[in-house]
Amino acid sequence: MKRLSIVLLAAVLLLAGASLFAAPKEVIILWAQWSPADYLQQIGSMYEKETGIKVKVVQEPWGSFGDRFFTAMAAKGTEWDMVVGDSQWLGQGATGGIYVDLTDFLKSTGIADSVTKATLTYYGEYPTGSGRYWAYPTEGDADGWAYRKDLFEDPKEKAAFKAKYGYELAVPKTYKQLLDIAKFFTRKDKGLYGVAIYTQKDYDAITMGVENTMFSWGAKWQNEKNEVLGVVNSKKAIEALQFYRDLYEAAQVPGLSNAFYTETNDAMIGGKAVMVMNYFAFFPALANKGTNPNYWDKVGFFPNPAGPYGNQHAALGGQGMSIIKFISADRQQAAKDFIKWFAQEKVQTRWAELGGYTCNAKVLKSDAFLKATPFNPAFATTMTFVMDFWNIPVYSQLLQVTQREFSKFVVEGQGTAKAAMDTIAKEHDKILREAGFIKK
Amino acid sequence: MPAMKAHPNAPGAGLADRSGRHLSDRAIQNLFIWPTLTLLIAMNLFPLLYSLFLGFTDYSAIANKPPVWVLFRNFGDILASEQLWKYFATTGRYAIMSVGLQTVIGFGLAMLVRRKFFGSGLITTLILVPMMISPVVVGLFWKLMYNPTFGFFNYLLGFTNAAKAPDLLASRFAGQLVPGLALFAVVIVDVWMWSPFVMLLVLSGLNAIPEYLYEAAAIDRASAWFQFWRITLPQVAPLLLIAVLFRTIEAFKSFDLVMGMTGGGPGDQTELIAVNLYRQAFLGSFRTGPSSALAYIILIIIIAVSNLYIRYLNQIRGEA
Repeated sequence: MKRLSIVLLAAVLLLAGASLFAAPKEVIILWAQWSPADYLQQIGSMYEKETGIKVKVVQEPWGSFGDRFFTAMAAKGTEWDMVVGDSQWLGQGATGGIYVDLTDFLKSTGIADSVTKATLTYYGEYPTGSGRYWAYPTEGDADGWAYRKDLFEDPKEKAAFKAKYGYELAVPKTYKQLLDIAKFFTRKDKGLYGVAIYTQKDYDAITMGVENTMFSWGAKWQNEKNEVLGVVNSKKAIEALQFYRDLYEAAQVPGLSNAFYTETNDAMIGGKAVMVMNYFAFFPALANKGTNPNYWDKVGFFPNPAGPYGNQHAALGGQGMSIIKFISADRQQAAKDFIKWFAQEKVQTRWAELGGYTCNAKVLKSDAFLKATPFNPAFATTMTFVMDFWNIPVYSQLLQVTQREFSKFVVEGQGTAKAAMDTIAKEHDKILREAGFIKK
Repeated sequence: MPAMKAHPNAPGAGLADRSGRHLSDRAIQNLFIWPTLTLLIAMNLFPLLYSLFLGFTDYSAIANKPPVWVLFRNFGDILASEQLWKYFATTGRYAIMSVGLQTVIGFGLAMLVRRKFFGSGLITTLILVPMMISPVVVGLFWKLMYNPTFGFFNYLLGFTNAAKAPDLLASRFAGQLVPGLALFAVVIVDVWMWSPFVMLLVLSGLNAIPEYLYEAAAIDRASAWFQFWRITLPQVAPLLLIAVLFRTIEAFKSFDLVMGMTGGGPGDQTELIAVNLYRQAFLGSFRTGPSSALAYIILIIIIAVSNLYIRYLNQIRGEA
C-alpha cells in the first residue's frame, strides 16, 4: 500500500511538472470593459483558428480597471499575460518592473515602423524621447466631437444663425465658432442645449476635457526640462480654462456636473445636446441605430477645433498592449507571438473593420478605413495632432490636483482661472521636485 | 487486579486515535479553535499591524521598492495639510447633518409604527427596503433622480423647467451657485437609506417599555409631552445612543454613496475623508504609506468620538 502511494504520488508530480514545462495553450489579456475589448476577443478567435492557441480577453469596468490591475501587480500576479493599459500607466509600468521591455522586439520585427510615430511615442515609449518601448500601440483614441447634422443643415437654422453671427452655420473650425453655435442652439425652454462636455471628477475626465482647449490654445503641461511654473499657468492656459468654464456656463446640458463618456453620449441620444465631446472609441454607439434610435443617421463628427492662436490639438486617449514581467519566459514568448501576429497589416485591417482604432500607419491612410465609419475621417485627422497628459509614475498625484481645481472652478464656479492654474502650477512643481523630475 | 482502562467515551476521556492514544479535551478544543484563530490573525490582525508599520514609511505598493522608514513624516504632513482638514470638516458637517436627521426621522418612524394597525407589518417592511439596497446602486439611481432635466426629485418639488430648477449635485439653483447644496443632497440620500436602521433599534426599545409606566402617568394626568420626555425618551435612550454611535462611525467611513453620485465634487464640496483616502490609496496613486497613516488618524478620531458616546451611554445606564 505504501509503495503504491509513493508510485501514485510520483506520477502526479511528474504530470504536474510536465504541465509546467508544456507550451502555453492560452494567452490571457486584461482590458477595460468596452466594445474594443469585444472586438479584440473576436480577433483572438481568429488567432485561435490559425494557431490553436486560445486567446481570452478579461474585461474589467473602467472605474475599477486601474485599481484591479495595479493591486494584482503589487502582489506580482500572474493571472494575465498582457494588459492593454492606459497611456498614463507607462511610467509606473516601466519603473515599477511590471512591463517587459519591448524595445528590441518591436524594432527587430519591424512592428515599430508599422505604426504612426505619434502613437508609438504616446502609447509605447517611456521616458518620452528615450527610444525605449513598453507597449504595442493597440487602440488609438483621442477626443473628438459629434454634432446634430440635421440641425446644422436645417435652412431655417442656417438663416437665423447667419443673421445673428454674420457667417454660415457649419462644422466649427475654431473654438470661437463652437461657442457661438453652442449659444445659438441653447434653448432652455425647449430643453435643447449647445454642448455636453466632460466634467467628471472621479479619475481624469474633466482634465481631459480642459486639455482639449488648453492644447488648442497652445498651452502645455511642461517645458523640455519638465518645469511647470510659468508653463501650466501661462496666459494661454488661463484663457483656455476660462473658455472651458464659459462654455460650460453658457451651454452645458443641466445635470451634467459629473459627466463622462456615458453621460455625454446620453445627452446626444436623448436629444438634449447639439454637440458632444467624447473619445472616438465611444462614437460607434452614436452611429448605431440600436443604441441611438432617434438620431443615429443625423449625427456627424468633427475633430477638436483650433484655438485663437492657430494651434489645433486634441487630448490623447487610447491604450497599448504590454506584456507582464512576472509571467514565465514561455508565456512571455507566447504573448510576443500574439503581438507579432496582431501587428500584421491584414489583421490590423480586420481590427479596424470590426471597430478597433488601429495605429497601423498604412491602414489609417487607406480608403477602406476612411470610408468604414462616419467618424473615421475625423479620427484619422485627429491622430496627427494629439497631445497627452503626463505619463510619469506620479501622474496620478498630478491628476488629482487638476481634477480638484478644474472641478472647483468650472463646475462649482469658485475662484478665478488664474488662481486655479497658479495653484496647479505650484502643486505640480512640488510633486515633480519631490519625485526628482525637476532638478534643483 | 489489573488496572482498568477508562472507557474511551467516558466524560473527560477525550478521543482515542488508532494506536489507542487519547486526544485530551484541551487538544480537541485547540484543534477546533486554532484554524479559525489563525485565519482571523492572518486576515485581520496582521493587516492591521502591517498597515500601522507602513504608516511610518514612504511605501508604494506598485513602486517595486522596499518600504523606507520616515518616522512621523506622513502623520506630520497630514496634520499640517489644510486640504485634509477641510475634508475632515466636510465629513464632520456631513456626519452631524446625516446622523441628526436620521435620529429624528428614525425615531419618528418608530413612534408611528409602534402600535399595531392594519398593514403595519407590510409598511414596516417597506420602510426597511432602502437599507437593503447596495449603496452604489442607491447612489447611481439617486443621481438619475436628482437630474434637473428628467429627474423625479425636481418633479415632486414642482419644478418642470430645468433652467429654473435646482441642480442639487451641481450645487446650483436656477443656474446660480448655492454652496453646500451638493453635500445636503448626499445627506438626503443617506438619511433615506439609513433612517430605517435607527427606526429598528428605537422600535425594539419602545416595545420593551412596560405599559404600567404609561398607565401610572395617565392616572397622574401627565400630558403626552411629559410622558414622552420623562418615560419614552429615557427608556429608549440607550438603544438610541447605540444607533447614533453606529451611524456616526458609518458616516466617517461613507464612500460608496458619494462616489456613485458626485465623485467628491463639485470642486471638493462632497469630498469626504474616506473618499480622499481612497484617492490616495488607489486610483493610480498607490501612496500606501501616507494613506495608511491617514487611515490610522481617521481610526483615532472614530475611537475618540465613540468613547464620548460610550461614556454618556454608561452614564445613562448608571442613572437608570
